[in-house]
Amino acid sequence: MKYETVIGLEVHAELKTDTKIYCGCKNEFGGDPNTHTCPICTGMPGTLPVLNKKVVDFAIKAGLAMNCSITQYSKQDRKNYFYPDLPKAYQISQFDLPLCQNGYVDIMVNGESKRIGITRIHIEEDAGKMVHDDYANVSVADYNRCGVPLIEIVSEPDLRSPEEAHIFLETLKSILEYTEVSDCKMQEGSLRCDVNVSLRPEGQEAFGTRCEMKNINSFRAAVRSMEFEQNRQREVLEAGGVIEQQTRRWDDVKGESVVMRTKEDAHDYRYFPEPDLLPIIISDEWIEEIKKSIPELPEQRRLRYIKEYGLPEYDALILTSSKKTADFFDATVDLGATPKAASNWIMGDIAKITNDKEIEAGDIPFTPAHLCALISLIEKGTISNSAAKKVLDAMFENPEDPAKIVEKLGLAQVSDEGALMQMIQDVLEQNPQSIVDYKAGKDRALGFLVGQIMKNSRGKANPQIINKLLKEALDQA
Amino acid sequence: MHTWTAHEIRDKIKNKETSSKEVTKAYLERIEQVENKVESYITVLADEALSAAEAVDKKIASGEEVGSLAGVPIALKDNLCTKDIPTTCASKMLENFRPPYDATVSAKMKEADTVLLGKLNMDEFAMGSSTENSYFKKTKNPYDITKVPGGSSGGSAACVAADEAAFTLGSDTGGSIRQPAAFCGCVGMKPTYGTVSRFGLVAFASSLDQIGPMTKDVRDCAMVYDAIVGYDPMDSTCVKCDYINFESALSESVTGLKIGVPAEYFGEGIDPSIQKAIYAALDTFKALGADYNEMHLPLNEYALPAYYMISSAEASSNLARFDGVKYGFRAEKFDDLFDLYAQTRSEGFGDEVKRRIMIGTYALSSGYYDAYYKKAQQVRTMVMKDFDKAFETYDVLVTPTAPTTAYSIGEKTSDPLQMYMGDICTVSVNIGGLPAIVLPCGYDANGMPIGLQIIGKPFGEKAILNAAYALEKTITKVKPVL
Repeated sequence: MKYETVIGLEVHAELKTDTKIYCGCKNEFGGDPNTHTCPICTGMPGTLPVLNKKVVDFAIKAGLAMNCSITQYSKQDRKNYFYPDLPKAYQISQFDLPLCQNGYVDIMVNGESKRIGITRIHIEEDAGKMVHDDYANVSVADYNRCGVPLIEIVSEPDLRSPEEAHIFLETLKSILEYTEVSDCKMQEGSLRCDVNVSLRPEGQEAFGTRCEMKNINSFRAAVRSMEFEQNRQREVLEAGGVIEQQTRRWDDVKGESVVMRTKEDAHDYRYFPEPDLLPIIISDEWIEEIKKSIPELPEQRRLRYIKEYGLPEYDALILTSSKKTADFFDATVDLGATPKAASNWIMGDIAKITNDKEIEAGDIPFTPAHLCALISLIEKGTISNSAAKKVLDAMFENPEDPAKIVEKLGLAQVSDEGALMQMIQDVLEQNPQSIVDYKAGKDRALGFLVGQIMKNSRGKANPQIINKLLKEALDQA
Repeated sequence: MHTWTAHEIRDKIKNKETSSKEVTKAYLERIEQVENKVESYITVLADEALSAAEAVDKKIASGEEVGSLAGVPIALKDNLCTKDIPTTCASKMLENFRPPYDATVSAKMKEADTVLLGKLNMDEFAMGSSTENSYFKKTKNPYDITKVPGGSSGGSAACVAADEAAFTLGSDTGGSIRQPAAFCGCVGMKPTYGTVSRFGLVAFASSLDQIGPMTKDVRDCAMVYDAIVGYDPMDSTCVKCDYINFESALSESVTGLKIGVPAEYFGEGIDPSIQKAIYAALDTFKALGADYNEMHLPLNEYALPAYYMISSAEASSNLARFDGVKYGFRAEKFDDLFDLYAQTRSEGFGDEVKRRIMIGTYALSSGYYDAYYKKAQQVRTMVMKDFDKAFETYDVLVTPTAPTTAYSIGEKTSDPLQMYMGDICTVSVNIGGLPAIVLPCGYDANGMPIGLQIIGKPFGEKAILNAAYALEKTITKVKPVL
């Protein structure tokens, strides 16, 4: 029997507000343990939470960007459970009235658009972190992350493969970056996800029993865990077994998941409305105000690149997947660079270097003006393409005006016909056989001669002019 | 000197007829004399109080501006956080807990330049009606030390009645200010929910808790309320509005005041001597120009079970943070994380607290939530409507505060349900978020005080203070003999 995979995701994104969700502590990654804390975020007796309005702003913004309807009468609830990283022994979250509901995100799968439903987006506070390895026999708690604002985005079970889920995650990430509500730094844990996987016989409408995977720290781990789970469930089903509803823990090193808990010992979180906080009432004006602050989203930008700049679909998709990359591209084009040239450089050589050096798109050391100048040097014939690559390398080392780099490295092309003519004469004198071959119709001879001239000029000769002059010289010889 | 009311002390210090140091000394001597009988304090801050008093006197002498209650010696219920001073909630769990912050009311008391004499005994985490649930000691009723002072603010009430402080602050979740005020013959007010900041009050039931004054007379009550009322950005449930000065608004006139007397509060189980005293007071009101009518609050009988559901549910969550991980008591022996929690909470909490946590946890559990917690919240809405309707006709409601006067120590400890029934006259006020004041209106055959409760509309503190002020003038108060 053939099985269809069904995947739903729960994504947690830390919001990049200045302060935490319920107190005035700085919302900042890192710091010495327990330095970004106060009596409120460490849940000391008698302290009370006060909601940071910015958190609601950001959640609404994310919700609108994902086409959600905004819940105008919303409330916060307590999710009760004991763990040392949760100082109040309850997490303030949202249960039955999340801020955003019923949205969708369109993703591009093999060049086709697919709509993925967003069930809900709610706000909640993050917990602290347990440190288990630094001391013998004891675990210690760091509460710096307590009270860092989060949104939890829950998708509908609309994804049909780990690859689709991966594209969805990338799309979600780019929307969160575009709207500037989250840094989306997986390595700092500011974007985390839990995945739900189930299988059903192809053609069957009812969903199979699902398993949830936790402890996923990268998109790659997410994809691997889904692939693992898909295979595991298929094997169980093919052997005539039944899938048990479980929460499983992904071990990225071993590349496998193990059971954390089954349905029987699932937590009863005893949700109830948080009595220390008032309902969140959102006016039409508030929603309108936030609507105005939403920038062009990746989808719109992609379509604009295709329409306005005539970029290929593929280029537009890659360029817009990261806001910082797209911003860099836009700025370069705005300064006068040819869109396709700018796109080629950004997607090609620049991307290669940033990947190799593990530089974030936003941390490219030089400016769009530098790239624009580089492109114009090529187009004016001042440098060759191969020389331009050397200039680019130098720009990563020491960002300065490419013209200066060209001068420093002596990479300017020789386009002076007199000088080039002299080089041609020299090469022709040294290679009389090639002239004979050329006359005999052997095209390879021309290429050989151009190569010799380029070699003698140490790459600086303008190949187009050489081609033209060499042909003339040969015809006259 | 210790028998002076707080406003008398305030005025005499202000007029330099006496000094804060002299009054503070008098109170510390009084504590020395009677505290072994009353046992209202958990912590006495003798040295700190004296130096605070000296500091205030110095300020006054140098003509510096001082707070509204400058030099008045006070004490606070031990669930109000006081910076660097033990705040135990009368629990083993917080025996050594010194908060690094002040409750908003504690800070306001400092701003008012009061002198803090110490922290007062209570039922553990404010759960109880007799102060017998304290981990540390049993406070005695100053009118008869074989009897309870009421609870949970029993220490705060006994302290005022025994003249061990000029006034105190208590907290009231289901009657914890009013019932002990009634038992100890002092004045106590539970303000409208949201008028006094709860920041720094160790939470029992967040949607019901409210801090209020416990004083020697009604003027003191208005004066202290003036000092603690007001919006606080640290408490989201605190109401943003302008408040009048309640002390200067006090008036003896009750002419035309329409008093409702809910028949449901005079049913079975109410001591006849209490009923008699309340009706005598109602006749006094009539003689003073007010009018009273018997009326009905038909849904009030459901308030008590709803109260125990809601308060226990919130408590089960509020008290979950006491887990032995961060502060307070931690069990010495445990096998693993779960065992650390289980041992710490088994050893650290008393029986009543555990009982409430278990009731509350059950009420919130999946499968039971709708039948208990949700139903209780629906009852709450109906009880509020009941009150709203009553206040369309009446300005205030007058009721007994408790079915009986103070009972003997140990009399009800074996029967929690009977103890809970004692809250029948007070809990619906919390359910409705209303203000209510209690003052002595007479004494029973054994000389135990009888407390009369005046319930007001939301933000109707002025009306209930005035009514209480008028009645108080007609009552001959009897001081306890210690």
